[in-house]
Amino acid sequence: MSTEPIKSIKDLPLDENLFPGTPACAGCGGLLTLRHCLKMLGDKVVIVNAAGCFTLLSIYPFTPFKSSWLYTAMACAPAGAQGVRDALDILIEKGKLNPGDDLKVLVLTGDGAAYDMGLSSTSGAIYRNLDFYYICYDNEAYGNTGFQQSGATPFASRTKTTPIGKDFPKKDLFEIWNSHKPPYLATISPAYPVDLANKFKKAEQYKGPKLFISLTPCPPGWSTDPSHTFKLAKLAVDTGIWALKESVSGEVKHTFVPGKFKPVEEYLKEQGRFSHLFKPERKEETLGKIQEMVNEYWKQYGVLL
Amino acid sequence: MKKEMLTGNTAAAWGVRLAEIDYIPAFPITPQTEIIETLSGWISEGAMDARFVTMDSEHSMVAAAGAASATGVRVFTATSSQGLMYGFEMLYTVAGWRVPLVMINVSRGLSSPITLGPDHNDILAARDSGFLQIHCENCQEVLDSVLMAYRLAEDERVLLPVFVNLDGFYLSFTREPVEIPDMDEVRRFLPSYKPEHAFFNANRPMAQGVAVLGGAYYSYFKYQMHLASQKALDVYKEICRDFEKEFGRKYDAIEEYRLEDAEYVLIMTNSFSTMGKAAVNRARDQGIKAGLLRLRLLRPFPEEDIRNAIREKKSVGVIDQNISVGKGGILYSEVAGCLYNEKQRPFLISFIGGLGGKDISPQEFEFIFGQLIKGAGAEKVESPHLLYTQEEWEEMQKLKEIAGKE
Ligand code: SF4
Repeated sequence: MSTEPIKSIKDLPLDENLFPGTPACAGCGGLLTLRHCLKMLGDKVVIVNAAGCFTLLSIYPFTPFKSSWLYTAMACAPAGAQGVRDALDILIEKGKLNPGDDLKVLVLTGDGAAYDMGLSSTSGAIYRNLDFYYICYDNEAYGNTGFQQSGATPFASRTKTTPIGKDFPKKDLFEIWNSHKPPYLATISPAYPVDLANKFKKAEQYKGPKLFISLTPCPPGWSTDPSHTFKLAKLAVDTGIWALKESVSGEVKHTFVPGKFKPVEEYLKEQGRFSHLFKPERKEETLGKIQEMVNEYWKQYGVLL
Repeated sequence: MKKEMLTGNTAAAWGVRLAEIDYIPAFPITPQTEIIETLSGWISEGAMDARFVTMDSEHSMVAAAGAASATGVRVFTATSSQGLMYGFEMLYTVAGWRVPLVMINVSRGLSSPITLGPDHNDILAARDSGFLQIHCENCQEVLDSVLMAYRLAEDERVLLPVFVNLDGFYLSFTREPVEIPDMDEVRRFLPSYKPEHAFFNANRPMAQGVAVLGGAYYSYFKYQMHLASQKALDVYKEICRDFEKEFGRKYDAIEEYRLEDAEYVLIMTNSFSTMGKAAVNRARDQGIKAGLLRLRLLRPFPEEDIRNAIREKKSVGVIDQNISVGKGGILYSEVAGCLYNEKQRPFLISFIGGLGGKDISPQEFEFIFGQLIKGAGAEKVESPHLLYTQEEWEEMQKLKEIAGKE
């Protein structure tokens, strides 16, 4: 791969390493993210999957991947990645595997595993400086079990276990990971594929953990139309709710700052999970608080909305 | 071949060293720790060409071990007690991957109350996971069993992970003279690992551990594991014959001690069997036709061997060093289950003792033989007998007084 940054969507690789026909829901933002990521990672990959929606991508005897896949369990995909990476290194060292046949190791998880149950094994893998990629598709709840709150569920979002809206904010996984000072860490969005692609290109230079969190719309959970996935993912970035950034060895930099931020309301009002903020009457206070949280976030980086 | 005084733990480590392991993901827990300390020491000295990594928990440790095994290297790991429980979820997963991982469990009682002494509720909880289980009585057997375990796990008729079990403290820290075989002898018995089934390679994409939709597919895979485990019994016996040929030591799925003309038989496992054998000798001195059957292979369960060994005995006492709370001894149920359809079968009595390493005294063994003699042919028998002495009871009352509870 050339090191020149990709400038436009027309320059994205045409290869497809994730094939259609999976049982994921129509309009799944996570699947769209994964498709873009795998274009960049290529087909010499072992995907170590934590329990979540994507556990069901491979159903015997079918697989949508060009590459290999291993299902571990919810709490320990990074540990599975450790075993695979170490074994590949051992095989190469002992001359039993041609270095040209080496594989990239990729952990794939939803937010349930990443933010909650799998946090300890992820922390362990980052701290051991494991050479691996990690993608979290963050739909902000436990999607596979029908949308219950997770550590990623944002303030005021309705889920099956927060029926009147969650009353405290989302865990800041980016900062938790960043405190480990991994060589490369980024947030991505399926609506900004060029930004996504360049982050993978950049990450490739680093040995060690390369981590990506993608905010991914989930039509059944968010109660949105499957055709609105792209629009919503974009609105999340354009309202400033989802900041596109990266961190190299702990130093954070935004890769995209909207010229003019849209009000968060534009993003919220599109989604069933926030409909209680608008009907039967507008919850001004809550809406104001969400906007305030976004303002506060950007203020620390000197960006005033 | 050389002979050295080794603890059970270092004997285990020697087995691993001789098996030319590639990879050891580890997590410390008493009384297993000495195994991984010894191995990491050898690796840093260059005496072993393996990679050692300390994981963040046993759950991660079993995941890494299984995943490395699925990638195509020879892997070892070890744990005890709560550690085994913490990694428990992954046992089923790894067995389902059909990878030849060998794992040692150094048995220790389970919380609560917390203790360091051994019993077998930890390892027996894993009996339905798909891992095969070899249980050891002495330090030599620990070393030998590790070598046999890799042969068994890697056999293409089996392809299931294997546990080697030894008792914490009673064996982990007991020093005994152990024969350490030479590398070339070991290589003849256990050649280096060449995976032909499960491994990842860029040229051969594979999906491992995939989901199934529907009970019929799920059952198919589970049945395959069951059939492979049953098949493992024959394979294991072949391995025992090869082992004897190479090293001169004879093992089987069960061990029969003074059993041939015995009328009253103890069934035991692990290191406490040594005490059982001494009790058999004492009983023989008193003219009681006593014998002992030690279960060495617990999964697959060697039912036919057990039936043949005890079918004609008068009475048999199963001494369980475990307790299925609300039911009783686990091995008692297993032995009783395999005798049910037999026309001729011995009288079977359940005893539970040695929990948390509690001693089983010579007097208690006398009590057990008394029950077996009295029980033979009786109409009704109290079962299980919980072995607890008057002295132990009084000691406990004293502690309660100190605690102000009495
Ligand atoms: S529930 Fe949501 S995240 Fe899961 S597959 Fe469906 S759309 Fe994707």
